[in-house]
Amino acid sequence: MDIKTLTYLIVGLTFALYIGIAIWSRAGSTKEFYVAGGGVHPIMNGMATAADWMSAASFISLAGIVSFVGYDGSVYLMGWTGGYVLLALCMAPYLRKFGKFTVPDFIGDRYYSQTARTVAVICAIFICFTYIAGQMRGVGVVFSRFLEVEIETGVYIGMAVVFFYAVLGGMKGITYTQVAQYCVLIFAFMVPAIFISIMMTGHILPQIGFGAELVDAAGNGTGVFLLEKLDGLSAELGFSQYTEGSKSMIDVFFITGALMFGTAGLPHVIVRFFTVPKVKDARVSAGWALVFIAIMYTTVPALSAFSRVNMIETINGPDASGVAYETAPDWIKNWEKTGLIKWDDKNADGKLYYANGEANEMTIDRDIMVLATPEIANLPAWVIALVAAGGMAAALSTTAGLLLVISTSVSHDLLKKNLMPNISDKKELMYARIAAGLGIVMAGYFGINPPGFVAAVVAIAFGLAASSLFPAIIMGIFSRTMNKEGAVVGMVTGLLFSAAYIIYFKFVNPADNNPEHWLLGISPEGIGMLGMIVNFTVAFIVSRVTTAVPQDVVDMVESIRFPKGAGEAHDH
Amino acid sequence: MAFENNEKAEGYWRENLRLVLGLLAIWAAVSFGCGILLVDVLNEIHFMGFKLGFWFAQQGAIYVFVALIFVYVAKANTLDKKYGVHED
Repeated sequence: MDIKTLTYLIVGLTFALYIGIAIWSRAGSTKEFYVAGGGVHPIMNGMATAADWMSAASFISLAGIVSFVGYDGSVYLMGWTGGYVLLALCMAPYLRKFGKFTVPDFIGDRYYSQTARTVAVICAIFICFTYIAGQMRGVGVVFSRFLEVEIETGVYIGMAVVFFYAVLGGMKGITYTQVAQYCVLIFAFMVPAIFISIMMTGHILPQIGFGAELVDAAGNGTGVFLLEKLDGLSAELGFSQYTEGSKSMIDVFFITGALMFGTAGLPHVIVRFFTVPKVKDARVSAGWALVFIAIMYTTVPALSAFSRVNMIETINGPDASGVAYETAPDWIKNWEKTGLIKWDDKNADGKLYYANGEANEMTIDRDIMVLATPEIANLPAWVIALVAAGGMAAALSTTAGLLLVISTSVSHDLLKKNLMPNISDKKELMYARIAAGLGIVMAGYFGINPPGFVAAVVAIAFGLAASSLFPAIIMGIFSRTMNKEGAVVGMVTGLLFSAAYIIYFKFVNPADNNPEHWLLGISPEGIGMLGMIVNFTVAFIVSRVTTAVPQDVVDMVESIRFPKGAGEAHDH
Repeated sequence: MAFENNEKAEGYWRENLRLVLGLLAIWAAVSFGCGILLVDVLNEIHFMGFKLGFWFAQQGAIYVFVALIFVYVAKANTLDKKYGVHED
C-alpha cells in the first residue's frame, strides 16, 4: 500500500473510533454536557486533560521551534508544564469543592457581582476563540499535506467530525473521545522519536539519548556527545550555541512565568477539574495530566536536537560544504514542493548550504520538523500515516475542549446566569448545542481564512489569562478579605495593561518590537507576568479602601478550603 | 462546620499553606532558579552528557514538577485525615 492509502486508512479508522465513542457516551442533561456528570475517573480525566492541552501547535510546531532556538525553547517546555503545579496545589481542589460548572461561576459567586462574572465570561470566550482559530488551521494543514486535498476541504471534514461528537456528546463525549485521542497522539509522537533515538545514539529512550554519545551506522560509539556536536555545528555555522540561546535572561524569565500563570488561568484547562467525583481526585488528576503531558514534553527537546543534527548533516554533507542538489535526499524535494523548504543557489555551485548569515541558501519552515522526521529517518510508510493521525488527534481534541467552554459560557454564564434565569434544563442544553454549533462555524471560518496574526494572538491568550483570570481565582481562594471592587478593578487593569502592550508592539508599531523599546526588556510574550503583578497590586490597594466582604461569602471561602462535604458538581 | 473548633480550622489551613508554599519554593527553584537565573553557573557542571543548567531547563524541571504534585497529593490527603476533613 502506498503512503496515501495507508494515511486514509489510519485517519479513517481513528475518526470512526471517535464517532463511535461519541454515540456511546452522548449527553442527556446539562450536567453531563458541562461536566460529564462529574463521574470521570482521575486517570482518565488526566489523559483527557493532556489531550485537551496538547494542541496541533504542540504536536506539529513545538519540536521545530525548540530545534531552531535551542535553549530559548525552554520557555515553552517549562512554561507549559509548570502551570500544572499551580493548578494542582493552588486551584483544582478548591474549585472542585466549590462545585459548580465554570470559571465565571466561581468568579461571579466569590465576588458576589454580575460585573465580575461578565468580565470573566468575556475573558474566557476571547481566550478560547484566539486558540481555536489556530487549531482548525492545523487540521487543514495536516489534511492537505498527507491526504492531498485542499486546505478548505480538510477544514470542512474536521468541522464535521468535531461538530458530531462535541455537539452530541458535550463534556461526556469529549472526555472519552479525548482519552482515545491521547493514546493515538502519544503513540504517533513517540514511535518516530524512539526510532530516531536508536538510530543516532543506540538508546531506546529519547530522554536518555538526548544526553548520549552519537553512534555510527554500525552502532559503534563515535566519542562525540549529541549536544557537544550540536554546539560545535552551531558555532561553525554562525548560530548562537544550542545550549545557551540568545534571548536575555529577564525575557526568558518573564515569558516562562507568563506561560505558567497563563496555563493555570486557561478556562478550558480549569474546567477539567470539575468533572471528577471528589476533591482528592481533582488533586491527583492534575498529577496524572502532567505525567501524560511530560511524556511528550520531555521527548520534544530530544527530538529537536536529533532532527537539528540530522538536518544540518543532510544538507551540508559530511565535509560541511554542502551536498549537491541531485544527490540530496527525497524529503528535501518533497517538502520543496509544498513551499516549506526553499533553496536559493546564491554561489551557483549546485550545492545546498545551510548556515547563519550571507552564505545561507536554505529557508526552512520550522513546522516541518516533526512531520518530516519519519521521512528524514527513512521510517516505514505506516509511521508517516500514524503521524498524520496523531496531528489530527491533537488538533481535534483541543478544538473540542475549547468549543465546550465557548458553548458553556454562552448557554450557562450568559443566558442562564444573566439574561434568562428561568430557562429549563432542556432549553439550556439546546442553547449549549446551538452555541457549540455556531462556535464550530466560526472556528472553521478562521481555519479557512486565517488571520495573519495567529502566532501573535496566542501570546495574547496566555497574557490575558495570566493577567486577568489567574489572579482573580487565586485571591478568591487564598484571601478572605478580597472584595468585588478589588477583584474587578484588578482584572480590568491587568487585562488592559497586557492587551495594550501586546497590541502596541504586535499591531500598532511592530517596527519597534525589539529589546531596545521593550519595558524592562520584556517582550510582548512575557508581559502577562508583569500584568499579573499589576493585577495583584491594584486589587490589593483598591480592596483596602472599599467595602468589606459580606459574611456569607467569607463562609463560602472558608468552606472551599477543606475537602469534606464536597458534593457532585451542581447548579445551585 | 466540619472542624471541632476554630483553632482546628486555623491549624489545618496553616499547615496546608506551609505545605503548598514549601512545594512552590521547590517549583520556583528548579525552573526559575536552576533553569534560568543560575543557568550559566550550572552549565559549568556536566551531568549525564548534558550541561546541568540546560538539563534543568529542558528535562529536570519537568520531572520535578511531576514529583511535586504527587508529593502534594500524598501529604494533603494525610493532612485531611489528621483533621478529620477527608471525604468519605
